[in-house]
Amino acid sequence: MAKDQIQYVTAPKVDENRKKYCRFKKNGIKYIDYKDANFLLKFINDQGKVLPRRLTGTSLKFQRKVAQAVKRARHIGLLPYVTDSIK
Amino acid sequence: MQQYETVIILTPLLSVEAAKEVLTKFNKLMTDNGAEIVHEDNWGLKKLAYPIQKKTTGYYHLTTFKAPGEFINKLEVEYRRDERIMRFLTVSLDKHALAFSEKKRSGAFNKNKETKTEEVAQ
Repeated sequence: MAKDQIQYVTAPKVDENRKKYCRFKKNGIKYIDYKDANFLLKFINDQGKVLPRRLTGTSLKFQRKVAQAVKRARHIGLLPYVTDSIK
Repeated sequence: MQQYETVIILTPLLSVEAAKEVLTKFNKLMTDNGAEIVHEDNWGLKKLAYPIQKKTTGYYHLTTFKAPGEFINKLEVEYRRDERIMRFLTVSLDKHALAFSEKKRSGAFNKNKETKTEEVAQ
């Protein structure tokens, strides 16, 4: 209870200078599998739209591949084209 | 010859034998036209993210094969003609995709495989 009552005058700065990075470049992933819907969920919002690079930090090269993989996954019914909330 | 992989979704109305028959039909079509089947994977009955032809589930089947490029057109025409196939997707594999699929088949991503089998069980 006591913890819940702590109030900050200014919002605490968490992860202030954490730099975004491309997870594919960092981990050396070269191919994005369109059959792995659970993985692709990280790159779409809860409406099923592809998240922009400015949020995920993905490099342009891999953003194109992510977009292609998401589109393929949608075609074979692994991801929705439109939805209100995933799951 | 280029390597391709194709995912097909069969209607859930088929019996197990009927589904097998469709698959053997297309495997025969592939081998008759000079294609070589590298790998097959049956994902079983899965729930679709959105209804296709008013059905909410489908039998998924993945085939990896080597074939001359002209054959792909012919194969896709056959897929379109077959009413038991609700959806298909044929993709040519580049070198990274080849490396990935080989690694996956050899069981390097056991974690992934476990999660996938869980999905099928649901």
